[in-house]
Amino acid sequence: MKRRLNFILNKNEVETSQHPGMSLLDYLRQEANLTGTKEGCKEGDCGTCTVLIGELIKDKLQYKSVNSCLLPIGDVNQKHIVTIEGLNREELTPIQTEMVDEGGTQCGFCTPGFVVSLSGYYLINDDYNTEDAIDSMNGNICRCTGYAGIKRTANKITQRLKILAKNNHSKIELLVGEKILPEYFLDVKEKLNSLILQKKSNITDDNLDFSNHFTISGGTDLMVQKWEDILKSDVSLISDKNVISGIKEENSKIIIGGATTASEIEDSPIMAKYFPEIKEYLSLFGSLPIKNTATVAGNIVNASPIADMTSIFLALNSTLTLRNSNSSREILLKDFYKGYKTLDKKENELLTLISFNIPKENSFFNYEKVSKRKYLDIASVNSSLFIDVDEDFINEVNISAGGVAPIPLYLKETGKFLSSKKISSAIIEEASEILQDEISPISDARGTAEYKRLLLRQLFYAHFIKLFPKLIVIEELV
Amino acid sequence: MKNYDSIEHVRGESLFVDDQLTPIGTLLGYVACSPIAHGRIKNIDMTKALNIKGVKAILTAKDIPGENQIGGIIKDEELLADKEVHFVGQPIAFVVADNQIIAHEAAELIEYDFEKLPVITDPRKAAEAGELIQPPRTFKLGNTDEAFAKCDFVFEGKVESGGQEHLYLETQGAFAYPVEGGGVKIFSSTQGPTAVQRVTARILGIPMHKVEVDVLRIGGGFGGKEDQASPWAALAALGAKILNKPVKLILPRQQDMKITGKRHPYSSDFKIGLNKEGEILAYEAVFYQNAGAAADLSTAVLERTLFHCTNSYFIPNVKATAYCCRTNLPPNTAFRGFGGPQGMFVIESAIAKAAEEMGMSTVEIQKKNLLDEGDEFPYGQRIEHCRIRRCFTELEKKYNLYDIKKRVDDFNSSNKMYKKGFAVMPVTFGISFTSTFMNQASALVHIYTDGSISISTAAVEMGQGVNEKIRAVAQKVFSVNSERIKIETTNTTRVANTSPTAASKAADLNGYATQKACEILLGRLKKVAAKELNIEQHNNISIQQEIIFNKDEKTDLTFDKLIQIAYFDRISLSAQAHHATPHIHFDKTKEKGQPFAYHAYGVGIVEATVDCIRGTYKIDSVKVIHDFGKSLHPVIDKGQAEGGIIQGIGWMTMEEVLYNEEGQLLTNALSTYKIPDIHFSPDDIQVHFLEDAPNPYGPFNSKAIGEPPLMYGIAAYFAIRNAMKKFKAECDIEFKAPMTPERVLLSLYQKTTVLKPAN
Repeated sequence: MKRRLNFILNKNEVETSQHPGMSLLDYLRQEANLTGTKEGCKEGDCGTCTVLIGELIKDKLQYKSVNSCLLPIGDVNQKHIVTIEGLNREELTPIQTEMVDEGGTQCGFCTPGFVVSLSGYYLINDDYNTEDAIDSMNGNICRCTGYAGIKRTANKITQRLKILAKNNHSKIELLVGEKILPEYFLDVKEKLNSLILQKKSNITDDNLDFSNHFTISGGTDLMVQKWEDILKSDVSLISDKNVISGIKEENSKIIIGGATTASEIEDSPIMAKYFPEIKEYLSLFGSLPIKNTATVAGNIVNASPIADMTSIFLALNSTLTLRNSNSSREILLKDFYKGYKTLDKKENELLTLISFNIPKENSFFNYEKVSKRKYLDIASVNSSLFIDVDEDFINEVNISAGGVAPIPLYLKETGKFLSSKKISSAIIEEASEILQDEISPISDARGTAEYKRLLLRQLFYAHFIKLFPKLIVIEELV
Repeated sequence: MKNYDSIEHVRGESLFVDDQLTPIGTLLGYVACSPIAHGRIKNIDMTKALNIKGVKAILTAKDIPGENQIGGIIKDEELLADKEVHFVGQPIAFVVADNQIIAHEAAELIEYDFEKLPVITDPRKAAEAGELIQPPRTFKLGNTDEAFAKCDFVFEGKVESGGQEHLYLETQGAFAYPVEGGGVKIFSSTQGPTAVQRVTARILGIPMHKVEVDVLRIGGGFGGKEDQASPWAALAALGAKILNKPVKLILPRQQDMKITGKRHPYSSDFKIGLNKEGEILAYEAVFYQNAGAAADLSTAVLERTLFHCTNSYFIPNVKATAYCCRTNLPPNTAFRGFGGPQGMFVIESAIAKAAEEMGMSTVEIQKKNLLDEGDEFPYGQRIEHCRIRRCFTELEKKYNLYDIKKRVDDFNSSNKMYKKGFAVMPVTFGISFTSTFMNQASALVHIYTDGSISISTAAVEMGQGVNEKIRAVAQKVFSVNSERIKIETTNTTRVANTSPTAASKAADLNGYATQKACEILLGRLKKVAAKELNIEQHNNISIQQEIIFNKDEKTDLTFDKLIQIAYFDRISLSAQAHHATPHIHFDKTKEKGQPFAYHAYGVGIVEATVDCIRGTYKIDSVKVIHDFGKSLHPVIDKGQAEGGIIQGIGWMTMEEVLYNEEGQLLTNALSTYKIPDIHFSPDDIQVHFLEDAPNPYGPFNSKAIGEPPLMYGIAAYFAIRNAMKKFKAECDIEFKAPMTPERVLLSLYQKTTVLKPAN
């Protein structure tokens, strides 16, 4: 699939016929000679390559931060790309000034990424607080400053802007007025509109037969593992296909489109209604730029044994809808994995929907994850638990465990044992022994097998300690 | 004063090696590495690799025109392995191609035939096998045997500290092109331009004057680019020389992690003797340093471990022995602290053990044994201008140690799952290169006819703000607007025979050299001014904020005018000056001397909360009193402290370098090797500058700052450990860093848990 891509790069409209699987980072540095965006790791773990992508959604210009090293340029068609160069004004912006004055930069290699993330925070959000402003940089790694000067910067700017944000200005007007953004941002929406009108015809590609090429859904893992192979192959971008994104409630089910991003799940009012702690769970999943790109379908199909979204959907006993050009079928997620990275999925099938029953009144959910670093890290072990109770008795329980088997594991026997039992420390301890027979962890960089066994037991305990504090006596479990 | 480099950084306009414009036709390189940790190379088959379109050359040891040798202190390391390989990732061939993807593809297609040899990764096993890079060294003070006999308490233990990946955000790299006369010009991301020049000249078999090395700035170094930037520059230069084309080599992150050395892991034994009052009477330590497969800087790192084996304490009887152990890992190298942190972790462990066993508080023992003015270190130097006790007292007062303790105790008595702990860490760190000859630097200062000033020194800007400090020195001497002053790239043709930017010494050495050169120029300018103003005493002339003064009286002469007059008067507006640190010496045959110009002091306190169900933890706060001398730039100095602290905490907590028994690095990417992120770094970091503390041995009374704060991070290990003890007093916690969540959980539940693998 060769085609022309049109987009706005900072203030200029550009066209390229580069391979759509080329990373945006390589395009920026090698083709556009914009070297403020750096390559630090090429796996989305450092944030030196952070850029903003603006997109017209329902006639609203919406921005998000992404790791340009993992974003295929095919995905920026008809969008606005903002690099550090595109944030510069003649004088330093207030964010840049504070970064200098507060010691927020030392060697300078990570700095453009931080400035882009923080500037993006004010552009993306409607009201501001320091905690969220700092969190917007959760995908940016700095080895020099210890982050103290960067946090002081975020605090100062937020204090200044949060009062102003309450006025009725349009956000872009406000930020241009405050010199956070250059003036050209005022015209971007119009420019994008005319770009879309002109080039309308070049994006539709409804071919669902994907054999012999890479299908990229987000690409936050595929672009890490296979970026050199991708450049030699045809690629299809899920973003171009008619794969649904979004979350809806329908007939006592929640249905999630395969192209839905982790950020969309995090921000979904429907998810928040049934899972009040969803934001906290998602905060452990990855950095903001990764969550802005990674999709539910990609996470499930990638079949990583420690996939975080998969962990949650397993415990919710979700059903997957797989579709090819002619037909579609349904399969339970817990039956989807056949072995390490092998799936009950034909090459020409796409995962289009994930659905699960809306939790009932007496049901509870919890998600646990431990990694070497709490945020922006891959789990040593993760686990989700969905439980339906009748007072102190268990009606039904579904438990998932990641990092302890070649596949994201559904703990069938443990769940079976617990069903209809009365919750107590003793029962939980007994169940934790059954659990040990269901798992087969290996030693690797994320922990020894011995540790993973112990950790899963502890996380299993943690589910119950957290959900049923009155029924569990901690002293009996330690 | 604004930090000029920072202004470029925040706009993304500062350039690094890979950002510099390269000529059309520049070729890209990729290093083909040994897949095994130890073996003889029987055959290398490059047929398939050479068939790839776009491959221009694959260079091996045979293609090196000069000497295939990159060793610095000891000549024991080849640029490209010839007959044997000694670690996974050792460069064997250098592929040069049209682009990096092609070069990488070709490198993967090179086929090797090895005869495998036994692999050693453990330093104690290496020592047993006699694999030592140099004979063991011992520092001694008093007589430990006699002293132990008189102690009320004697404790022994084993301590291990892990490696640490530098994780400079800019990976290693260089760009080289051929110049006429058979030379090369190299742009390198190095802390040691002269090391790059020397190694490249040796590899190419040409004199050093034919190799020009230029360093604009580097995207972090932390020691990792002191010696280990040289091979990549030498390879790029080799390619450029042989192909007569510009060649660039940037290591991809995972390769950088795999093939470059790290902070040295240590395994150590201690024996500590105290009296009932908690006074330390005797201390013995044996250090087994995991040097990796070649010497690199290991012997110097090991020496600093010995220098700092008693940290901030006076112990009258000390015996410390250190083994530099050769293993089949990538050669380990300099890393901020340079062996000091490893030595300090052992003595702090010994004190913690003594405190636990004696039922005393660690802080009490620490305080009781702090150094006082005139106390002797095991290496013979007596401490002068000692401020460690002052820092300790300030810390207790400013941060109210008693309140912290009470708050922690209250929390612990009302929480079951979560426990808090805190720990105090005093740091006394010697400032100077311990190899005396390296304590020299020079500066070249030009004043142009428009009054703009250009300064070249040996210092490499790597984020530590050395350029800004040098600018501050020049600004103070000339008393002109700092906008006039530009700090140039570090270039071996402008400033020769440079010591690397390391040992926290760059601002001291190059600052002094700059001060001297500027003073030479100022002296000339004063004479010109005196002549112009018809004043006999040129000593009465001064410049105050751009204006020429005579005996504190303003004249009509400005700096601009004065420069013009000087030029037309044919007065040289350029000066070069050299500085060598006075009064330092060290005799390795006796292991005694005065190696340090002075010491840096400070005390830190770290608080942590441990989730005792999940084994995770949070660092709550870091509070520090540090002696900065009279700071040349408080924003920069504070940043150095904050950054160093977090790097030290990282080393002690989550940063885990894991090799398997075959010497393969398991933590070879940012997805598996974790450093502190914005959330792990505590919101409450307080760094207080010790007041009224001028340093007579630093430029304008300033003090070195690069390395010392890293060691406050050691308190994080003990804070977590202390919290764990509050959950289970009886749990046996090894003195083993990093204290990963895995170590926490396994230590807390080791005795209660029998988890069998499923049948």
